[in-house]
Amino acid sequence: MDIRNASFRGYVRENGRVGVRNHVIVLPVDDLSNAASEAVANNIKGALAIPHPYGRLQFGADLDLHFRTLIGTGCNPNVAAVIVIGIEPGWTRRVVDGIAESGKPVEGFWIEGNGDIQTIANASRAAYRFVKHASTLHRVERPIQDLWVSTKCGESDTTSGCGSNPTVGNAFDKLYAAGCTLVFGETTELTGGEHLVAARCRTPEVRDRFQFMFDRYQALVDRHKTNDLSESQPTKGNIAGGLTTIEEKALGNIQKIGRHCMVDGVLDKAEVPTGPGLWFMDSSSAAAEMVTLCAASGYAVHFFPTGQGNVIGNPVLPVIKLCANPRTVRTMPEHIDLDCSGLLRREQNLDQTGDALLDVMLRTADGELTAAELLGHREFVLTRLYESA
Amino acid sequence: MIHFLVHDENDSCGVVVVEGIKAGQTLTGWVMDQDRTIEIAVTQDIPIGHKLATRDLAEGETVIKYGVDIGRVVAPIPVGAHLHVHNVKTKRW
Repeated sequence: MDIRNASFRGYVRENGRVGVRNHVIVLPVDDLSNAASEAVANNIKGALAIPHPYGRLQFGADLDLHFRTLIGTGCNPNVAAVIVIGIEPGWTRRVVDGIAESGKPVEGFWIEGNGDIQTIANASRAAYRFVKHASTLHRVERPIQDLWVSTKCGESDTTSGCGSNPTVGNAFDKLYAAGCTLVFGETTELTGGEHLVAARCRTPEVRDRFQFMFDRYQALVDRHKTNDLSESQPTKGNIAGGLTTIEEKALGNIQKIGRHCMVDGVLDKAEVPTGPGLWFMDSSSAAAEMVTLCAASGYAVHFFPTGQGNVIGNPVLPVIKLCANPRTVRTMPEHIDLDCSGLLRREQNLDQTGDALLDVMLRTADGELTAAELLGHREFVLTRLYESA
Repeated sequence: MIHFLVHDENDSCGVVVVEGIKAGQTLTGWVMDQDRTIEIAVTQDIPIGHKLATRDLAEGETVIKYGVDIGRVVAPIPVGAHLHVHNVKTKRW
């Protein structure tokens, strides 16, 4: 497939970014505002609440990341408009102001001094207007270069490294050559293959930044570990699927960046890339945390290879699942968007499965729902750096 | 028919890619980087996705997969045996 001249039909947002979904989200600033947010989404059909358990007494870098993730999620081009609800006005306004910089419709509401019922009524009226507005927006044809694509794998097994991850790698090589904006991450899950990623960094500065992020995460593991992390990283599911060590898992993971992509830059968690190319984002290897960070960085479509059958989705970012394990494809077919098990039988080659993935990507970008969307998987998991104050 | 995959000819293990492999079966493996096939008799039942040793490995040896170090052998592994967490550990953590 010559992806360079491909196009998709997306929603052009106020800041020029292009989305493939048209969500109106109700975003709580904190755990206390989940109930009101869910009530608003229940009142207004087409509004989507994104509850989460955090946002109180966080401080320093952990608080910065909290705001960056909420604001980034609101700014994601798959979102048409945002209702923000917090317990008090100060941090609510901070999130509203951050999202407003994208130019999209956003309004904030707070509960103290109003109570849940009045807050829900006021926010519901705003959500009513926003959903009405979003329903008038139309998709327009855009070049493939406007599509930002992220990747992260989950419940991997040895078939991931043989089949589904190299399929993403093939698709990434083609998208990279086309000038798209791509990201991968999972910092601890490069352990044993970090030298291979370092060798792919575009400049010495990028390599130094990557090594800094890698070493920082290793220091965290060393500080807190009580064993060799077996059953955590690799997970119990990874081990059941045949993966033995973190090194083996990492070498399979790295197949996702293909054979030709270079790492053009390094992002901190939920940081927004400043140009096209392949970015490395320092991130947890836990599926929902990493995909939530990709959404907050502005990515519009996600490639998720799995071996044993991770079922994850995201509220705003369509997650495309691919799998090369024939048993998983047989036992969990409703979770798999692309079966690439033919690779293991030598019935398909990577060029073919890579093209098949790009085809699924283009259909998803045009509006076809993914397995995770159809099944209602909306995992929204904020990364925490340390305890609250 | 391909029963197991080997990434590189210097690897010390292969990945079983079909279900129901039983001890005593002679398996055909595809060495992907060199695009050739090899045959090995397995000495144990091996589930899909799990690995077999493609040569004898002594305690303390390094296990190679993708042409790269993936850990150390902690109990001897004869060719054709199941290679996993009971006989291989990480060198990193």
